[in-house]
Formats: sequence, C-alpha cells, structure tokens
Amino acid sequence: MAFASFVIRRLLLGVVVMWVVSVATFLLFFVAPQDPARLLAGKNPSAQEIANINRRLGLDQPILVQYWHYLIRLLHFNLGTSYFTGTSVNTILKEDLPPTLSVMAGGAVLWLIVGIGAGVLSATRARSLVDRISTTGVLIGITFPTFVVGLLLLFLVFKPLNQAGFHWIQTGYEGPSQSIVGWAGHMILPWITIAAVSAATYTRLTRGALLDALGEDYVRTARAKGLSERRVLYRHAVRAALTPVVSQLGVDIGTLAGGAVVTETVFGLGGIGQQSLTSILNGDTPVVLGIVLVAALFVVVANIVVDIAYSVLDPRVKLS
Amino acid sequence: MSLLEVRDLRVSFPTADGVVRAVRGVSFDVDAGRTIGIVGESGSGKTVLTQTLLGLTAGGQVSGQAVFDGTDLIGLGEEQLRRVRGAQIAVIFQDPLTSLHPLYKVGWQIAEMIRAHDKSVSKKQAAQRAVELLGRVGIPQPAQRVKDYPHQFSGGMRQRAMIAMALSLEPKLIIADEPTTALDATVQAQILDLLLRLQQDFGTAMIMITHDLGVVADIADDVLVMYAGRAAEVASKRDIFYKPHHPYTKGLLESIPNSSAAGGRLRPITGQPPSLINLPSGCAFHPRCAYVMDKCLTDEPSLTPVAQDGFHRSACWLPASAAGLSAEAEDQRRRTVGEGRSVAAAKIAEAIAKSPEAEGSVIA
Ligand SMILES: Nc1ncnc2c1ncn2[C@@H]1O[C@H](COP(=O)(O)OP(=O)(O)OP(=O)(O)O)[C@@H](O)[C@H]1O
Ligand code: SF4
Ligand SMILES: [Mg+2]
Repeated sequence: MAFASFVIRRLLLGVVVMWVVSVATFLLFFVAPQDPARLLAGKNPSAQEIANINRRLGLDQPILVQYWHYLIRLLHFNLGTSYFTGTSVNTILKEDLPPTLSVMAGGAVLWLIVGIGAGVLSATRARSLVDRISTTGVLIGITFPTFVVGLLLLFLVFKPLNQAGFHWIQTGYEGPSQSIVGWAGHMILPWITIAAVSAATYTRLTRGALLDALGEDYVRTARAKGLSERRVLYRHAVRAALTPVVSQLGVDIGTLAGGAVVTETVFGLGGIGQQSLTSILNGDTPVVLGIVLVAALFVVVANIVVDIAYSVLDPRVKLS
Repeated sequence: MSLLEVRDLRVSFPTADGVVRAVRGVSFDVDAGRTIGIVGESGSGKTVLTQTLLGLTAGGQVSGQAVFDGTDLIGLGEEQLRRVRGAQIAVIFQDPLTSLHPLYKVGWQIAEMIRAHDKSVSKKQAAQRAVELLGRVGIPQPAQRVKDYPHQFSGGMRQRAMIAMALSLEPKLIIADEPTTALDATVQAQILDLLLRLQQDFGTAMIMITHDLGVVADIADDVLVMYAGRAAEVASKRDIFYKPHHPYTKGLLESIPNSSAAGGRLRPITGQPPSLINLPSGCAFHPRCAYVMDKCLTDEPSLTPVAQDGFHRSACWLPASAAGLSAEAEDQRRRTVGEGRSVAAAKIAEAIAKSPEAEGSVIA
C-alpha cells in the first residue's frame, strides 16, 4: 500500500514538474531571437509571405492561445509537427530516441560492471598492481572529457581496425531489430566512451565503500560464523557497499544523458542530441518541446526507479 | 585433558610506529562446560587473544599453541579453521547493532550460519530452526520476528539474537567478548542470566571477556586477569575476589563501586595503560604499582603458583603471603620481616602517581 501511494504521489509530482518545464520552454522560445517564418521563407521574402507562414504555423496568435492549443494536443499525446519538415514530432522522437537510449542503457550497464568490478578488485587487493592500474584509470577517465575519449577511440580503434579489414565495429546507427550483433558493433565504441568517463568515479566509490564495509563489525561476524571468504566478501561486504553506489547512480542520471548526447554526436548516431541542436538553432519549438518533455519524463521515471531500488537494497530506507 | 589448552600464545602487529606486542605469552585452559572470565582494561589484549584462536586477527604474527579438542588451532588451514568457526567455537560480540548485518533479516542470518556448516539442511529447515532458536532465547512471537531486520529489534533483543546464532550449531565453546557492555544495566542482567542458563542447558564452555568484575562474579568459574598482553593472575573466582595476589588485580577490585575490598571507597588505578610498542622494563605494571620493588624495574615476573593448590598463579615478585593483603598491610608485613621497600622505587611510584601523563617512560 505504501508502495502504491509512493508511486502515485511521485508520478503526480512528475506531471507537475513536466508541466512547469514545458511552460518554461514555451516562454523561452517565444522570447527567443529566432524567427522560424523568416528562416522558412527563403531569400528576400515579402512581409506578406512571412505573415502567411506565421498564420499557417499559428504563430500570429497570442501566446496564451498558442499554449492552449499546444496543451490540448498534448493531452491527446500529440506533440505537434515540426515547423520545418512538417514531420510529426512523435515520429521524429520515435526515430531519434533509440540511438540515444541505446547509448545510455548500454553505457550505464558497462560502466557499472567495469566500475564496480574494478572497485572490488582494487579494494580486495589494496596497493596491488590491479589497484594501481585502476587508480590510474580513474585519473585518466576523470581528466578527459567525453568527446576526447570518443575521438581517441575513433582514431585509435575504429580506423586501424577497419583499415585492417575488421568491420564489425562501425560508426552510425543501426537498430537491433535486424541483428543484435550488428547493433552491438555500432554501439560498442559509444558504450566504451560513456563507461570510460564514468566508470572511474564508480571504481573509486566502490573501492571506498567496500574498504569501509570490510572494516565493519558485521563482516567480522560473517567470518566468525564460518562462512567462506567468498561469501563474506560478496554476500556481506559488497552487498553493503552497493547502497552508496546506487544512490550515486540517481545523482548521475543527468550526467549520463549529457554524456550520451555528446557521444552520439561524435559517432554520428543521429540521436536526440543532434536533433535538439538543429531544432534549437532553427527555433523549431514543437520539436524542442517534445524533446524537453521526453527528457523530463525520463528523469522523473529514472528517479522513481532509483528510489525504489534504493529502498529494496536497504530495508532501513522508507519510501516517502 | 582440557577442552582448550592455550600455551605461550603471542601475537604482534607490525605497524608504521613499531611492533605492537598485543599478546605476549599467555597460557590458560578451558574445561568443557566451564566458564573462564578474562578481565583487564581496554587494550590489554583480550580481544586479540581470543580472536587469534579462530584465526581472525588479520595482519598479526602469531606463535604458540592453542589445542582445541585435540587439534592445534594455530597454523590450521583456512578451510579447517572455517569449519571450527561458528560450529565448534562461536563468538558473541560486544555491540549487537553493528555486529548483525543491517541489510539482512535476523532469521536469514541465523539460517545462513546453519547452512554454512551443513549443506544437507534445507533453507526451510534452517529457517524453522532459526524460529526455534529465537524462541529459546526469549524473543516473543519468534515466527514473526525472524522476518525482522536488526534495526527493528531493541538492543537487548539483538543481543538475544546473537546468542541464538551462537548456539545454533551447539558449539563446544562460546567466546563472549563483552556481550553486555553496549546494553542498559537492566538488560545486561537479563542477558547474563540467559547466557548462564543456556550454557548450563547446552553444557557449553565459555570464555567471558569483560572489564567488569561484577560480570565475572555473576558468571565465571575461573578468572584470567590480563595486563599489557600478559596474564597477571589466574585463579578460581573465589581466590580472585578473596585472596587476590597481583597488585593489578587488587587495584581492579578496589575500583569496583561498593566492593568490600575497598571498604566502600572507590579507588581507580592511577596512571595509564602502557604503550604496547615501548613496554616498561621489568614488570610492565611497575609504573603504576604501589608495591614496586627494585627487582620489579629490571626483571619481568612470570606466572608462578601462590597457593597450595597450584592453580592460583600470579606474575608478581611479591611473596605468596601477599595474597589478599592491602598495600598498607603489605608495608606492615615487610617491616616485620625486615624486608624493606626500595626507597628509589617508592619515590618513582610516588612521582608517577602524581603525574599520570608520565606513564611508563620515566624509568625506561
Ligand atoms: N590489527 C591490529 N593492528 C595493530 N594493532 C592492533 C591490531 N589489533 C589490535 N591491536 C592492538 O592490540 C592491543 C590489544 O587490543 P585488544 O582489542 O585485544 O584489547 P582489548 O583488551 O580487547 O580491549 P577492549 O577492552 O578495549 O576491547 C591494542 O593496543 C590494539 O590497539
Ligand atoms: S612485580 Fe613488582 S611491580 Fe609488578 S606487580 Fe608485583 S610488585 Fe608490582
Ligand atoms: Mg576487546
């Protein structure tokens, strides 16, 4: 019961957040310097032509009326159509979301595996070679910005491999519907890019949390119970060290989205990142609003999921 | 043969500041079904001594013997030690809140231990056994409470759960490391009662670590008094309370509130525990001893019998007849035998009593 009321409360709150975000974006574009009609009208348009376009797009009406129309459409899950291509925003999102989501999901999985794995290794073998290597890796990962890592991978991995006749690794985007392996070949470098930048933080976080846990009384109890060292490490110490890692994940979801936008641009995946860039420059308000709303929805849902995961991981945490 | 025979056990930890000699040649026996109390102030090596028996002092250099049920535990392989832990020798720790895993249900933690030692027990059977055990240690509605997490238990209930866990495999020996220190006074008495009753029911031997002689009085058969990593005195409970020989034991007794030995006065032992890296020369207790003699500054006494029975032993240069004598009575005794107390030593003792921060370094 507490669970259902938590989810409902948070979803309602999420709707409010998304509404506020949509109003803010709408206002922002109303006062922005771009004039879509002028961009659409071609060279040396007459005032009449521009007025016609503005009427067609509904831009001649007062802002409140424009917003009202937008809201009514939104309630029917219709995000409108692009000023420039005339394509519906729903269709644009359907095309551009998969590459971005692929980058984020795979990248996050890889970074958690690598980050937690390296963290466990370096904590259990403190001051060993593994520890040193991963500590150095942390430094490198933290130092380089996402696009540098992406470019390095392009020039040091993608180019030489393709010249050598190894064509599995590809740039651009290809959906998983035809071939999962092909999809992974397109995604592997972007995933590594995302993971390389963020895994480092998680290595350090896991290492610290695990070293703390290993010094806890309950780990001593676990040993005194006669459990195997493996079980003591994984079931007792690592288990306890995961809680801070998951709460950090909640904080990093925004960073993840930012990293994905940069990464897909570097690898030419044609996702949400590139789309938002063009749409913002053109003042294509319906597309930008659609993207902003989807991003807000993503953050709202992700935060609910992280909070639920956190309360599942730590029974002392109450959902509220 | 005793259940546990510890001989000349030594544990030291190399650290950046020097070698910490935490346990320096301790020997004692524990007989089946009996309780030995280990007393001594903080840092005297009680925990290290007992954790070493189970191979749980990581980073320590260990020598000596600890023959348990015919097997020397020192130098035993990890897997063999693992089988002893929990099943043969169980431990109850001081703080039950931090000693139970916060993220697992209490019943699960008990069942886990049962199954770690006997794979043939099903999860269901182990869970059932956890319920029985919780009931046995006096937790109401155990069938519901097994599903609680430690933070849903009160302090006393958590320690009851730890006791249930310790008893779950009917070990031959329980090491209780200050099991009541973290609890309220009223709960302390209940927990001690419970331990005593269950120990009798199960016929388990017990090592009860405490710095509270009151706990020893309640529960122990024999007592080992530790000071700076060594046994200062070993005796039956009766002899420790009525005929203490070692000045440190006497000091402990005098520092108990309302003890008859102190005649109602409360006299804490002056001075600080010594550094285990730079120990005082001779008897490690000499900087704080009211009885100190010349010999004490140079020669370290070893455990020697001070009574006919040969069991009551003390590591102190004072003659056997000093057992039970107060400092004044001891001075009186020396005057009558014409033994005389070393003036130099008396002066040092006085100087140290005045400046507790001087510790053991004055003489060294
Ligand atoms: N791993 C270690 N490394 C270095 N020194 C240690 C280590 N473990 C224990 N010691 C030292 O050994 C000494 C004895 O510690 P121990 O915990 O056995 O004392 P204790 O008698 O149990 O005290 P308390 O009553 O506070 O529990 C202390 O000085 C402690 O600092
Ligand atoms: S040996 Fe000397 S210093 Fe040590 S306890 Fe006995 S009398 Fe005191
Ligand atoms: Mg201790």
